[in-house]
Amino acid sequence: MSNYQLSHLDQLEAEAIFILRETAAQFENPALLFSGGKDSIVMAYLAKKAFYPARIPFPLVHVDTGHNFVETMEFRDKFVEDMNAKLVVGSVQQSIDEGRVQEETGANASRNKLQTVTLLDTIEKYHYDACLGGGRRDEEKARAKERFFSHRDDFGQWDPKKQRPELWNLFNGKKHQGENFRVFPLSNFTEMDIWMYIQRENIELPMLYFAHKRDVIERNGIILAVSEFVQPKEGETVEHKQIRFRTMGDATITGAIESDADTLDKIIEEVAAARQTERGNRSDDKRSETAMEDRKKEGYF
Amino acid sequence: MDLLRFTTAGSVDDGKSTLIGRLLYDSKSIFEDQLEAMETSSAKKGDENINLALLTDGLKAEREQGITIDVAYRYFATPKRKFIIADTPGHTQYTRNMVTGASTANLAIILVDARHGVIEQTKRHSFIADLLRIQHVVVAVNKMDLADYSEETYNAIVQDYKEFSSRLSNLVDITFIPISALNGDNVVDKSENMDWYGGSSLLYHLENVHVNSEENHVDARFPVQWVTRPQSDQWHDFRGYAGRVAGGVFKPGDTIVAYPSGFKTTIDKIYNATQELDKAFSPQSITMTLKDEIDISRGDMIVKENSIPHIEQNLEAMICWFSDKPTQPRSKLVLRHTTQEVQALITDFKYQVDVNTLHKIENIDGLEMNQIARISLRTSKPLFYDSYRKNRTTGSFILIDPNTNETVAAGMLK
Repeated sequence: MSNYQLSHLDQLEAEAIFILRETAAQFENPALLFSGGKDSIVMAYLAKKAFYPARIPFPLVHVDTGHNFVETMEFRDKFVEDMNAKLVVGSVQQSIDEGRVQEETGANASRNKLQTVTLLDTIEKYHYDACLGGGRRDEEKARAKERFFSHRDDFGQWDPKKQRPELWNLFNGKKHQGENFRVFPLSNFTEMDIWMYIQRENIELPMLYFAHKRDVIERNGIILAVSEFVQPKEGETVEHKQIRFRTMGDATITGAIESDADTLDKIIEEVAAARQTERGNRSDDKRSETAMEDRKKEGYF
Repeated sequence: MDLLRFTTAGSVDDGKSTLIGRLLYDSKSIFEDQLEAMETSSAKKGDENINLALLTDGLKAEREQGITIDVAYRYFATPKRKFIIADTPGHTQYTRNMVTGASTANLAIILVDARHGVIEQTKRHSFIADLLRIQHVVVAVNKMDLADYSEETYNAIVQDYKEFSSRLSNLVDITFIPISALNGDNVVDKSENMDWYGGSSLLYHLENVHVNSEENHVDARFPVQWVTRPQSDQWHDFRGYAGRVAGGVFKPGDTIVAYPSGFKTTIDKIYNATQELDKAFSPQSITMTLKDEIDISRGDMIVKENSIPHIEQNLEAMICWFSDKPTQPRSKLVLRHTTQEVQALITDFKYQVDVNTLHKIENIDGLEMNQIARISLRTSKPLFYDSYRKNRTTGSFILIDPNTNETVAAGMLK
């Protein structure tokens, strides 16, 4: 590579930092949505870089479903402290207690859909006018058309036909009262890019991403960790397996994969050889062919 | 590993989605669960083979209608390069999407159906690639399988295209490749069906074409995006100017001029977060500190004194109108250029370009959606800019309707 060429990771980093700064500059009250997953960890890490040596000029917002892995919560608290950032928590349990949402019942009950209400309530309560999310366009087909600056109407809804064209480096964050934006600085990263960046920058991750032994059950073809929230039903057997997680969602829906990848090098090797997308293990996307598109229209990330 | 951003343009049914599907499929960027979902939907629609086009037709609405309605971004990588595809639909009414996809591309693939040759839409796509200053163009003559893999047919199309494209000034590197996206001929591997073709396969070309030649590394430009002022004891006196280098090379010790103030000083340090850099160039995101404290804020432009940008309030530009509402006489618009925002007024419509024939239409008094024209503008404050020909970042702008907040036009400065 010549003197004035950037590697693809350098280009993606420069683009993400540009978007993060643009968000801070164009909006009055932005927030960074932090799930504790690798994408939001990378996003927060990039935010730290963008504003260094100042603190990041927005809080980290975590929508806590109450069904998170213990490891995720411990990691979150340490991460926020190390970042010297402000943490705001929106609680799904509280939304349930206040009667804002009804808990799903039945065999495949999850709190995934309920998050949307808590998220929108949190945005409204704190008057956030832009929420930074770690979504990537390679994740799912409805996300391939997502903008960096994604406009949401008064109801927090996404209208794929009304998205603003994005040209060059020019982002239009203008909005009317009550409207807000979702901003996706990692849009052009792929899963592989994220892992390569984590490795290059030596970013710390929750141990759930690395192979470890754990009690699991298999349900609808998905390997779920046995926990407070997932107990074996009749006919299901608990097995002790070497597994790891490719995404970090609720314990009730996030499927594990059997894996020996206990280091970043091994994970990258595994990702390179993978024949399933990372969301392939998310039962929330499997509900219908357009599950993601439908949820996005309602205001899901 | 480096990065190539390319855009694909084609007419309805010329196999563009199939080509992208083929590139993803053959580079093993399609996963089993995606393949499974495609098989299910192909079967539902009664297709016999897997329809590779289903992979790129993302939204429910467009799958129902069987057309693509917006720019979609796709990703694949080979051991040599990472690729970002801006996939844009080819319908007449969607010129704006092509302009959008082309604005960030280093290369454009223009698909031509071997049975139909160079048609009106081919010309339109080439004109837009030229207008947006995409340096590399690949003319992929597709469906060669339906033209008996005929060398004569291919040569005639190449000749036709060359004749027409001689009228386009910016297209400097045009490569012709005969392919069949459906069968994979000359897409990833050289085809055995066309031994008369001496060039490389499409993927080989994409992996090896020289990129980044369009970055301007001569005229140093740094639009200030954000002023970093830590409120901490440790960094009490720190005042950093954060932004993305838009051209040229900056080094500590360089003398700079800040606009609009015109004050001069010297660069002290350049940072990428904690890391100190000995130089910064486009498109790096950096923070710089200066030797003297001068008044600089977002929207200002830092340049080097040997190359000063244009500083004007009366501007000429080519614009593409994006809004479904036509231009209104004397309406005030918001103009966003680099990190600056000013008010703007269109003062004159010089001529419109018919994107299909490239003819100029004089004496116009407004524009409708998807039309492209040369205009004059007046802004409320001076812009610090370069001609789009010299610098895509400091030579481009968008217009925003202050009532609806919609992006209504994209512009390239003369």
